[in-house]
Amino acid sequence: MSTVGDIAHKVRSKNAGPFWLTVDVFCGTRDAFARISQGLDSADVAAALQVDPAVLKRFDLANLNVVKFSAPRPAIQGTRADRDMHGASFAVLIAELPL
Amino acid sequence: MVRVLIPSGALGLGYDRAALARGIAMRPDVIAIDGGSTDSGPHYLGTGTSKYSRNSTKAEWRELMAARAEAGVPLVIGTAGTCGADDAVDWLLDITREIAAETDSKLKIAVLKSGQDAEILKSALKAGRIAPLPPASALDPDVLDACTNIVALAGAEQIAAALQTGADIVIAGRTTDTAIIAALPLQRGCHPGGAWHGAKIGECGALATTHPNSGTILIDFDETGFTMQPMGEGVRATPHTVSAHMLYENSDPIRLFEPGGYLDVSDAVYTACDDRSVRVEGSAWVPGPYTVKLEGARCSGFQTVSIALIRDPRYVANIRSWCDDIVVKCTAKAKARVEGDFGIELRIIGLDSTLGPLDTAAKSGTEVGVMGIVTAGTEALSMEVAKMLNPYLLHHPLSEDEEMPTFAFPFSPPEMPRGAIHEFCLNHVLSLDDPMEAFHLDVIEVGV
Repeated sequence: MSTVGDIAHKVRSKNAGPFWLTVDVFCGTRDAFARISQGLDSADVAAALQVDPAVLKRFDLANLNVVKFSAPRPAIQGTRADRDMHGASFAVLIAELPL
Repeated sequence: MVRVLIPSGALGLGYDRAALARGIAMRPDVIAIDGGSTDSGPHYLGTGTSKYSRNSTKAEWRELMAARAEAGVPLVIGTAGTCGADDAVDWLLDITREIAAETDSKLKIAVLKSGQDAEILKSALKAGRIAPLPPASALDPDVLDACTNIVALAGAEQIAAALQTGADIVIAGRTTDTAIIAALPLQRGCHPGGAWHGAKIGECGALATTHPNSGTILIDFDETGFTMQPMGEGVRATPHTVSAHMLYENSDPIRLFEPGGYLDVSDAVYTACDDRSVRVEGSAWVPGPYTVKLEGARCSGFQTVSIALIRDPRYVANIRSWCDDIVVKCTAKAKARVEGDFGIELRIIGLDSTLGPLDTAAKSGTEVGVMGIVTAGTEALSMEVAKMLNPYLLHHPLSEDEEMPTFAFPFSPPEMPRGAIHEFCLNHVLSLDDPMEAFHLDVIEVGV
């Protein structure tokens, strides 16, 4: 079984300000974009990040072959519960999702 | 046409000197560089300090000041000193004075401060002029009192006011990343959608090119859009590298909110001019109410951190229950011996310390590190409890009927005080009638 990371060129995550996290799935090709855009369920992404699916934003950007997700950070940046100041490691959770 | 030279994504990050020299030879109208953001965490705003070393900042700022003198155009820095608090602005102003004295330069410096007074903001809150941004809720006035620093993010109008003083150098406190780039093109009547869009593409320097570490880029703004070209040898900007930058650190890749409206790139068209520069047209600026974003940080306690290293295979295999048992026993002991609230957390490095409970597939290798974090209301209490944790991290057995184990401490003492910890506590916007009403602009002459 393939994962998102096997098919995508790169999966990147980063803070979008202290309160939001954004994950960019760079698919690389039109075919990979079609597979990921159609095969990756927003509910699975929300579950992986443990956020309410209702607040997850999704952008399928065909012109860039990118699928982008944004959500309130699981813990606000820099609070006691936060473990990753720049939010860079959350990408792995999406890259490891099965397709 | 307005030509803006951007040396790098932030002062202190470094850049390619040859690329900067090439940019100066292209005769820009202004040199603009960012000095920080919230990305390094709440400590910097909480304390009003810079993340980068003073010596690195001074070395790079000296080169940019020399480049400015050669070009004979203004040099603008936004979000000075990482966080853009008033103390951080003063820090960079001190460095600037030192360099001016060392180089025997005569300079006019515009200093724009973004620091906010809690009492004034409380009145604004009462008057219904502060609104939450998602996912925040309505602001409690006590939060404003608790902040050690509050700043408002200046936009293009405040930077334009600073440029209008005729200053050689503008040192600005907290601004939006884009405002320092967009201000002059907007002031001179360039296309507003193009000005904001170009500014967003340029705010991280060469990040929107094939060689992100090359630093320097040049953007030409005009009546219909902008053209971006990298200054590094062999560095290329392509429609893909430029358009993809709208994704970076943005929760929404189409719309970008700024003071006084938002940028909408839905209809932007990216065209390669040649194999290294890109033309963009069709971006729209949608005017709206004039609001500025507020950022604030408050102290949320004091921490002491200890690290123990575990290599014994039986302990590595049972590390979670070992840690859980220590937290229960040490918490009970400390509660009986100290006054005041505290919290003990053990994170298992090598298992799931990065993602915690989100890492449902975590597995460990041959060794793990255990990072003990004690948080309390005072530094003394956090150290006191961390010292109570010490014998557990050194000798705690998995069972009662075994010989006392000993684990590896990399340091003596293992307790490392982190001092005060801070947290961001404002995610709100402030409505303004006049863009300058929440900001303070001064003009200083040095070397006279």
